Amino acid sequence: MTAYIIRRMFTGIIMLIVMSMVTFLLFFSSPVNPEDFACGKNCSPALKAQTKKALGYDEPVTTQWVKFAKGVFVGRDFPDDPALKESAPETIAECPAPCLGYSRTTNSTVTEQIKEAWPISLSLAITAFFMWMIGGIVFGVIAALRRGSIIDRGIVGASLVFYAFPTFFIGLFLYKFLAIKWEIVKIPEYVPISEGGVSVWFQGLLLPAFTLSLVYMAGYVRMTRAFVLESMGEDYLRTAKSKGLAPRKVLYKHSMRAALTPLVTMAGLDLAGLMGGAIITEQVFNYPGLGKLAVTATRNFDLPLVVGIVLVLAAVVIVANLVVDLLYAVIDPRVRVG
Amino acid sequence: MTSQAPLLSVKDLKVHFPTQDGIVKATDGLSFDLESGKTLGIVGESGSGKSVSSSAILGLHRGTSAKVSGEIVLNDTDLLTISDEQMRRRRGKNVAMIFQDPLSAMHPYYTVGNQIMEAYLVHNKVSKREAKTRAIEMLDRVGIPQPDRRVNDYPHQFSGGMRQRAMIAMGLINNPGLLIADEPTTALDVTVQAQILDLLQDLQREFNAAIIIITHDLGVIAEMADDVLVMYAGRAVEYGPCKEILTHPEMPYTWGLLSSVPDVTGDTDARLIPIPGLPPSLLNPPSGCAFHPRCTHKDKVKGNLCKTEMPELLPGNRGPEHTKRCHLADPEQIYFTEILPEIAPDLVEEFAEVNPDGSVGDAEPVRSSDAAAEAEEKKI
Repeated sequence: MTAYIIRRMFTGIIMLIVMSMVTFLLFFSSPVNPEDFACGKNCSPALKAQTKKALGYDEPVTTQWVKFAKGVFVGRDFPDDPALKESAPETIAECPAPCLGYSRTTNSTVTEQIKEAWPISLSLAITAFFMWMIGGIVFGVIAALRRGSIIDRGIVGASLVFYAFPTFFIGLFLYKFLAIKWEIVKIPEYVPISEGGVSVWFQGLLLPAFTLSLVYMAGYVRMTRAFVLESMGEDYLRTAKSKGLAPRKVLYKHSMRAALTPLVTMAGLDLAGLMGGAIITEQVFNYPGLGKLAVTATRNFDLPLVVGIVLVLAAVVIVANLVVDLLYAVIDPRVRVG
Repeated sequence: MTSQAPLLSVKDLKVHFPTQDGIVKATDGLSFDLESGKTLGIVGESGSGKSVSSSAILGLHRGTSAKVSGEIVLNDTDLLTISDEQMRRRRGKNVAMIFQDPLSAMHPYYTVGNQIMEAYLVHNKVSKREAKTRAIEMLDRVGIPQPDRRVNDYPHQFSGGMRQRAMIAMGLINNPGLLIADEPTTALDVTVQAQILDLLQDLQREFNAAIIIITHDLGVIAEMADDVLVMYAGRAVEYGPCKEILTHPEMPYTWGLLSSVPDVTGDTDARLIPIPGLPPSLLNPPSGCAFHPRCTHKDKVKGNLCKTEMPELLPGNRGPEHTKRCHLADPEQIYFTEILPEIAPDLVEEFAEVNPDGSVGDAEPVRSSDAAAEAEEKKI
């Protein structure tokens, strides 16, 4: 077990290294000069060259990557110039470990920005996760139990509609009617728990989390329904019935246990994916999470920020994968890791 | 309960499934009686309605679209008239079932012990500890080594034979009067088959349970059954005492089943004669005798009787116990002159010697049970 975890973490680290290399290479193969953005519109060629040097873009890509990798562990300075640090320390931006780079467009370290945006995305992802899991499983089980009835058709039909509509449409629709016109919910706004308490935090989150959960819920309703129906056809359910178990026990202990196990994998990976930011939802509700940050960084060709976000996202997915696999070994006795 | 009444009495049982294309008559008028301590074997090809009929006894068609009618009287109660809750209380307690594939019949996420305990806890007001003790006791009784340790194993950690033993333990834990075994040995390898059959017989003697054993293996029937019911297209086509049916079959379908049994000890040149064609659709069963499209003897019946008229299940020439559903006037003569010489030439003489007057002989034309008996002797 421990050996398995160590092996998996080792492969995870290799994957992260490769990911960072690929992101670096992709960026450099693009026809855009990042120093143009950092320097501004009216920039003389001399100033441009100076900016390029200050940002470290004059060095070969391999050197840049090595410096980046080293910075993650020991931190680094921008520009990395000991002489300048002696003469004019105010022009040096320090980036302590774990340094994921320094963004000139926003004049702050990438680590700082991700740290700021991360709790917002996390709040959104976890709230939405609970909403869609509860809704998806409840409606999925109801649909399965009432298979073929009007209730089943209604639930399946509705989930198809929500699945098909784009998030920005649902989001803007709910925003306009629920928040602005009818004032049923508060205008979405992120307030950290430390500032406003759980209640205010949740109220501000309600609408974006609900929007986000609707899309996922639609998929989970259909999957839950399919898995429950599948398990009901299994031989062991017939055994459970022929033992004389009450229908409720047959459903909860035997059918649900088998039906919900495969959902764990999907739920874990979906949650991990969302922790990296819900791009469209955050954009619609103007939520300053990782998703919005990623969009802004891409628009501004902010290489360090893009690389940083991509790596954090990748790390989350890799860890989530490992957690899901370990969890699976716990809930399914037939699975043995190692 | 009077001592005369049988434990289980099924009368005119019908299980019909309405579908979009019409009604599928999976079981269409089945009647039989079974006494405590006796074994009824139900034989037939896949799709002849064996399993559907036995599921009806457990009330497993409740809550589905199936229409079940007739009478299923167990311990003087008609199971078709009682409520779902009353039926549920009888499942596992008065009538238990074991299934064909013991791997898929056990829940993969729960331990064997947990699943056996569950069967006990649902019908008995006892603590979990007591239920576990009882489960270990039953596992020991069905021959699981180190039952106090294996009780915590998951089904996938058991071998096929052990799983079936565990299923039997689960079925018998409440000491039910009736045990239905739906192809209990089909998914197991031959040596294990014999052990399981042996175990079932042992336990039957111990608990005095009635057993319905469903199978397509006539070797199993020869080994286990007191009575045999041959099913075809949802109906009984031949019904009577086991030895009688196996030695003096009167229905061409039963001949077909006997001809398809390989004889492992006999002449390797002996022919296996398959029954031509496939079981009929139960949606549109053939007119007249359901077996007539596959029957090679229908020309021996005058006129088009086989095609136009369904024969009744009536006693033949061999007494009231042996009934069959066939128009043939003298099936015995056809069997001994045409069928038996083909499948077991050595037995013809034996029969001729023993039976100049046509009385029941002792010879047994089914040989696959010999292999089973041999394996049994080698059993540890």
